Amino acid sequence: MSPLDLVKRPMPKQEPFERVRNFDEVALGYSVELAREEAGRCLDCKKPGCVGGCPVGIDIPGFIHCITEGDFAGGIRAIKQTNALPAVCGRVCPQEEQCEMQCILRKKGESVAIGRLERFLADWEAAQETTEAPPLPPLNGRSIAIVGSGPAGITVAADLALRGYKITMFEALHEAGGVLTYGIPEFRLPKAIVRREVQYVRSLGVDLRLDFVVGKTRTMDALLESFDAVFVGAGAGLPWFMDIPGENLNGVYSANEYLTRCNLMRGFRFPAFDTPLKRSARVAVFGGGNVAMDSARTALRLGADEVHIVYRRSHDELPARAEEVENAEEEGVMFDFLTLPVRLIGNERGWLTEIECRRMELGEPDASGRRRPIEVAGSEFMMRMDASVCAIGNSPNPLIPMTTPGLEVGKRGNIVADEETGLTSRRRVWAGGDVVTGAATVISAMGAGRRAAQSIHEALSGAK
Amino acid sequence: MFKVVERSMIVPNVHLLTIEASEVAQAARPGNFIILRPDEQGERIPLTIADWDVSAGTVTSLFVQVGASTAKLARLKAGDTIPTFAGPLGNETEIAKFGTVVLVGGCYGIGAIYPIARALKAAGNRVFALIEARSSFALYWEDRLKTVCERVLVISRDGSRGYKGHVTRLAEILATEKIKPDRLIAYGCTYQMMEVSRQTKPLGIKTIVSMNPIMIDGTGMCGVCRLTVAGETKFACVDGPEFDGHEVDWEEFLARRESYNAEEVEPLHRSGSCSHF
Repeated sequence: MSPLDLVKRPMPKQEPFERVRNFDEVALGYSVELAREEAGRCLDCKKPGCVGGCPVGIDIPGFIHCITEGDFAGGIRAIKQTNALPAVCGRVCPQEEQCEMQCILRKKGESVAIGRLERFLADWEAAQETTEAPPLPPLNGRSIAIVGSGPAGITVAADLALRGYKITMFEALHEAGGVLTYGIPEFRLPKAIVRREVQYVRSLGVDLRLDFVVGKTRTMDALLESFDAVFVGAGAGLPWFMDIPGENLNGVYSANEYLTRCNLMRGFRFPAFDTPLKRSARVAVFGGGNVAMDSARTALRLGADEVHIVYRRSHDELPARAEEVENAEEEGVMFDFLTLPVRLIGNERGWLTEIECRRMELGEPDASGRRRPIEVAGSEFMMRMDASVCAIGNSPNPLIPMTTPGLEVGKRGNIVADEETGLTSRRRVWAGGDVVTGAATVISAMGAGRRAAQSIHEALSGAK
Repeated sequence: MFKVVERSMIVPNVHLLTIEASEVAQAARPGNFIILRPDEQGERIPLTIADWDVSAGTVTSLFVQVGASTAKLARLKAGDTIPTFAGPLGNETEIAKFGTVVLVGGCYGIGAIYPIARALKAAGNRVFALIEARSSFALYWEDRLKTVCERVLVISRDGSRGYKGHVTRLAEILATEKIKPDRLIAYGCTYQMMEVSRQTKPLGIKTIVSMNPIMIDGTGMCGVCRLTVAGETKFACVDGPEFDGHEVDWEEFLARRESYNAEEVEPLHRSGSCSHF
């Protein structure tokens, strides 16, 4: 038996000095050789922990085995049995906390790069002239409305279309994909890939209705008259602000606005596209998650001289993926840890000029298990900034709860749904993803979609 | 894609746009707005709904040509298509029997108040319209408003029709005409609505204004349309667009509206579509 190969093949990336000047994808993907070498590290465990770590239960050893054999078509087929969005998941899933965390190789060294291999297969498939469409059963006469075309909605659509349901997917914006389209930047998830994944779902017979705002264009009650069931995956689309003075100054953005201008509206290509995005010289981003990293790296690419992440805890508590923090550091984003913005100050024309901050120190761990930040009295200082981006989280979008009587809503505006099934307080209405949990990950939304699809199928067919 | 049924300049710089969008027409209510994009590169532009026809499946709005994006809209012709037309968005105007209601309309607002007047009349109110324009030639829809209003009063800046001047004369006009409104609703440019609110505050007249900030998605997702009302941050798209004019922080609102003025002008230089700059 050959000795264990304990080191992941590194991901080829654009060089930092080069990539901060473009919006092209940073990670370039494995070559065939790298992919087969990396796949060869898999021990093909009898009881694979990785599958249990995946919210949608992908047959991970199965697809990796296909790669070692050079059977890439077989590999992608294995993934698509349970995941309609492999090119997306291979890029944005936090594999280090899920499948890869359970990999047996971690006992001695680094896990197999499962995410990178998933991405490799999806990209290989995209490069082929024809895509294999799975066989579709005849329509079973039942129709499902899906509200929102993000990760949760797409998963439900694909799962139920493959079981013979007639699916109509409603999207409020002019492009499908939800947060994959408006939120995650081009350099981390190229929009061509999102479009391709959406196209795949449409090829399963899913009818996509853009510019259709459920709750407004048509109410939930009206949808229930024409569909057998409704799944709500409307996302966490209501940005939080810090609730400090000066937040309505010009130059103060929510991350949703900043990223939507750039990604959905292509503001980075202004004036070729009409929606403008200010080229600010000094930008502060509040928050420490993936959205904060995305905003900071977007600001750099728009030509900012200096971009700061302002975070009230320390490096160890950053909720962003380690990979994204590292990318941001390499690109020159500055980190101001243990720093809390307390006041935004503007000029006489209403534009942001300075941010007053206070130093923090870490105390005892709080409910989240992270050490609680405590303000240091008298530690105020100023940062000169001409833009700030608030990336501290979102609440679920209020439009559907506001217009749907009898739909139970939690304290933070989230739709209350059964964790196992996604069923809400309204008959024939299921919900899942960020609209239930508040902002979380792409794959957890897909997992919720998978469970809801199963529950919808059981309810409508009586099947188990 | 959504078909353009009509696009015409009804008075200088004010255009009427009718789009085929039967689902929006079926759901439209007074005070709602829509968001459209003129083409695939275009911005998302919010416009108040000025009328709709359920049987024809059409929705009509009025817009003032001010920048690059509205210049694109102004070039549309009947038979063209636009890629985005979403709505109806925002909360509808509160319609009840208030007694006497005065509707103040300027520029696009002259059209926007029409469905509100119609609904208020149907609810049993005495409805008056007060419309203002630079000059008599810039007035429109007076006849339509007359069908749903007890009277239509006119203010023109040059005095060529009705009262001479601006809405700064509102209090005086109400007194002269012996109109005692229980409620006043204003649709128009920011300065007009701000001035109307300033005038009615000492008179104790409940005043509703329809706020028209910059928007992107129009569904509560981005927050660019935020404004301060009674000391609290609100999103015009989902909390409004109508608010109590006496509670709006107008100074902040004006600054936020002007945040992209330079960028509105830049594409005009490039397209050569406008010679004013």
